[in-house]
Amino acid sequence: MTGVQILFYAFATMMVLSALMVITVRNPVRSALFLVLTFVSTSAVWLIMEAEFLAIVLVLVYVGAVMVLFLFVVMMLDVNTARLKEGFISYLPVGIGIAGLFGGMLTYLLYNMQASDVQTKMRSLYPPAPKPADFSNTEQLGEVLYTVYVYPFEIAAVILLVAMVAAIALTFRRRSNRKYQNPDEQVAVKRDDRVRVVKMDSEEKK
Amino acid sequence: MITLTQVLILAAIMFSISVAGIFLNRKNLIILLMSIELMLLSVNINFIAFSYFMDDLAGQVFVFFILTVAAAEAAIGLAILVVLFRNKRTINVEDINEMKG
Repeated sequence: MTGVQILFYAFATMMVLSALMVITVRNPVRSALFLVLTFVSTSAVWLIMEAEFLAIVLVLVYVGAVMVLFLFVVMMLDVNTARLKEGFISYLPVGIGIAGLFGGMLTYLLYNMQASDVQTKMRSLYPPAPKPADFSNTEQLGEVLYTVYVYPFEIAAVILLVAMVAAIALTFRRRSNRKYQNPDEQVAVKRDDRVRVVKMDSEEKK
Repeated sequence: MITLTQVLILAAIMFSISVAGIFLNRKNLIILLMSIELMLLSVNINFIAFSYFMDDLAGQVFVFFILTVAAAEAAIGLAILVVLFRNKRTINVEDINEMKG
C-alpha cells in the first residue's frame, strides 16, 4: 500500500464516519460541526485527485461561508431538539433498509465494473500519470471557465445575485413605527397643499 | 495509487448515508438541509473522480457550478427556515401543515 492509498483510506474513513455522525447525533450544532469535518476530509480527497482549486474552494466557500451560515441559524433558533428526534427509532429500520439496499446495489455494480464497461475515452480505471510540479490546476480551470464556459459562468453569477436578493427579501423585517420620507409625494406636492390664501376685510388701527 | 472504483464506491456510500439521513431525520428541517448538502457533495466527488481519471477538466467546471447552486440553495433554504421559525416558533416538519386540505 502506497502513501497516497493510506491517505485516501484515512480521509475516506473520516468522511464516512463524520457523515454518519451528521445524521445520527442529537444536537444540530454538533451535526453542523461534523458536516464541517466531512467537508474538510472531502477536500483532502479532492486534493489527492489533483483538483486543487476546487478543494480550496470547498474549504473557503463551504466551511467558511455556508457552514458558518448553518451554525449561525442553528444557534440563533431556539429549537426544541427533543421533539424533533421523536420518530428516530421508528424510522431507523426503514432508513437503514433503503440506504443499505441502495448503497449495496451501487457498491456491487461499481465493484464489478470493468474498464470496458465505461464508454467514451476512458482507457483504464487507473489514474493518469501525475502532472509536473509547475502544473497549475487553477490556471487550467480559469482558461476554460472564461472561454468555453463563460455563458454558464455569467448565469452562475446571476444565480448568486438572485439568491442574495431572495435571502434578504425573505428575512428583512420592516418596522411599523419607522419615520421615513416619501420623495415621490415630496416632488408631486402642489401649491394648494401648502399655501392657503385667506380672504378677510381689512381692519382699522385703533 | 487509487482506482476509479474506490472513489465511486466512496461516493455511493456517502450518497446512501445522506438518503438514510433524510429518512431518519424527517422531522428536523435543519438536518434535512444538511443531508441535501451531503448528497450534492457525493455527486461532486463523482464528478471530480471522472474528471481526474479521464483527464478532462469539464467535470471540475461542473463541480464549480454545482457548488454555486448549492450555496444559493443553502442561503435561500436557511432564509425560509428563519422566516418559518419567526412565524410559527417551530421547525418541525409535522407542524407545517397549513396547505394540507
